[in-house]
Amino acid sequence: MKSSGWSKSWIQQIVFTGPVTLAFAIIVALPFFMGMYYSFFEWNGVSDNAEFIGLSNFINIFSDQTFLSSFAFTARFTVAAVILSNLVGFLLALLLVQPLKSRNVLRTIFFMPNVIGGLLLGFIWQFIFVKGFAAVGEKTGWALFNLPWLGDETTAFWGIVIVTIWSTAGYLMVIYISALINVPRELIEAASIDGATPWQRLRHITVPLIMPAVTISLFLALSWSFKSFDIILSLTKGGPYNSTQSVALNIYNEAFQNNNYGLGTAKALVFFIVVALISSAQVWLTKRKEVQV
Amino acid sequence: MENSRYRWSTIILEIVAVLIALVFLVPFYFLVSNSLKKYADILLDSAALPNPWTFDNFTRAWEIMKFPASFMNSFLITVTSIIGLAIICSMCAYRMVRHPSKYNNILFMVFVAAMVIPFQSIMIPLMKVAATFGLTNSIWGLWVCYMGFGSSLTIFLYHGFVKSIPVEIEESATVDGCSPYGVFWRIVFPLLKPMTATIIILNSLWIWNDFLLPNLMLGEANRTIPLSTYSFFGQYTKQWDLALAGLVMGVLPILVFFLTLQRHIIEGITAGSVKG
Repeated sequence: MKSSGWSKSWIQQIVFTGPVTLAFAIIVALPFFMGMYYSFFEWNGVSDNAEFIGLSNFINIFSDQTFLSSFAFTARFTVAAVILSNLVGFLLALLLVQPLKSRNVLRTIFFMPNVIGGLLLGFIWQFIFVKGFAAVGEKTGWALFNLPWLGDETTAFWGIVIVTIWSTAGYLMVIYISALINVPRELIEAASIDGATPWQRLRHITVPLIMPAVTISLFLALSWSFKSFDIILSLTKGGPYNSTQSVALNIYNEAFQNNNYGLGTAKALVFFIVVALISSAQVWLTKRKEVQV
Repeated sequence: MENSRYRWSTIILEIVAVLIALVFLVPFYFLVSNSLKKYADILLDSAALPNPWTFDNFTRAWEIMKFPASFMNSFLITVTSIIGLAIICSMCAYRMVRHPSKYNNILFMVFVAAMVIPFQSIMIPLMKVAATFGLTNSIWGLWVCYMGFGSSLTIFLYHGFVKSIPVEIEESATVDGCSPYGVFWRIVFPLLKPMTATIIILNSLWIWNDFLLPNLMLGEANRTIPLSTYSFFGQYTKQWDLALAGLVMGVLPILVFFLTLQRHIIEGITAGSVKG
């Protein structure tokens, strides 16, 4: 009697948790541990005989100039994209919590670019940077539009940042809006009666109260920028001269273009460790901030 | 006096907001207006309105991209994946909340921890695993991959939601002789509806737009929209007339989806990210 109850419970356990656990084990867990294993091997991905080479891959990584510069690019890009897209998203949210007549339409417009996938987004903007900007430059004579967009390191970098802002600001905006409408009106009114300027009200009342939204938005923007791949592939392919190659793109090229799977998995492991450290640091900060609020 | 000043400042803000919105829309203008031009007209002036209009670009791109086939592939993989994820993840999350054994707690922690793994850091060995299990070059194999990659976030979101459902309803159903499976399907799953909507929206935007995984998994035979756009663009670089028509067709389905369900989508996204 007891044993049949026990096996019944196990059947239920397997029916409820089994399918997704199996999919997760094969698709996520197994490749994750295989990656750790293969990062110590020289392996071309096709043949079964991978040769153990110890730490050589990791040593090679740190003398691989393109990999190091892809890390530097990703870091610079992440800082610029995280700050600017959050700033734009927050300002748009501040604007849209005002009693504007066109509020709902505007919210839809600002969010719209986000539903387009990164790959198509990059192609659309490639046309705009190359042909559209040139046409606008010709008409207005503004020097900004006559720069060689995507043609040199600086414009390619800022081009990617602009496209990233265009596509992510609306998403961050809706998070900020949902936080801003929950800020009690009484607090703001009380502060203005006490003579606080709009800037002081924003700085000392609104921002501290929406801190949870700030940390969520920073976290999201951070993880999007760090893993950037599609937009860069379709906008610049990492060029000119690899100056906009992200870490993700570098790993992809190492494995699927150069067929250095072993070296690629070692890079991927380093990438994972960096992302995991940054994400955990961010989550830790989030928790700390939320307690204070 | 006070009132009219208030109104003036609102009007100014309104004008500023509309101007910013126009800047946001400019890329769409360039995309659509140039896709309706002849090649020579694009080169002449890409900022002008199309004159004369031509739909030739669209008919040609439609055929070269094999658009209906890619659309069906994208549609099939997105729909089957969001259904599969909603079912297997809600079941798992429910079990974990109602039976918090040591094993289930560890399993949940593993799912949550896996959220920090970037796809690019495991894609290389994944291709070997996929080849070993015969998952490459098929929509079905890609579906299995989405079950794995979608599981962490979906379980996490369901887990938080199941916790808020009072257990008493289930207990009385059990007393009335309902099996555990019946309790889940007839009582719990319908109650999960708001979270299921959020999850379906988040997962469909992700899967519909995903490029890297299908690019690695699928061959030429069953391309999705991002894949066919990518190869089309590669083939016709600088043939802007065709390329832009292809892009318009590529973004149209997801934009229509968004504009028809926009309120639900924005709410779903807010709910998903605030809880996640």
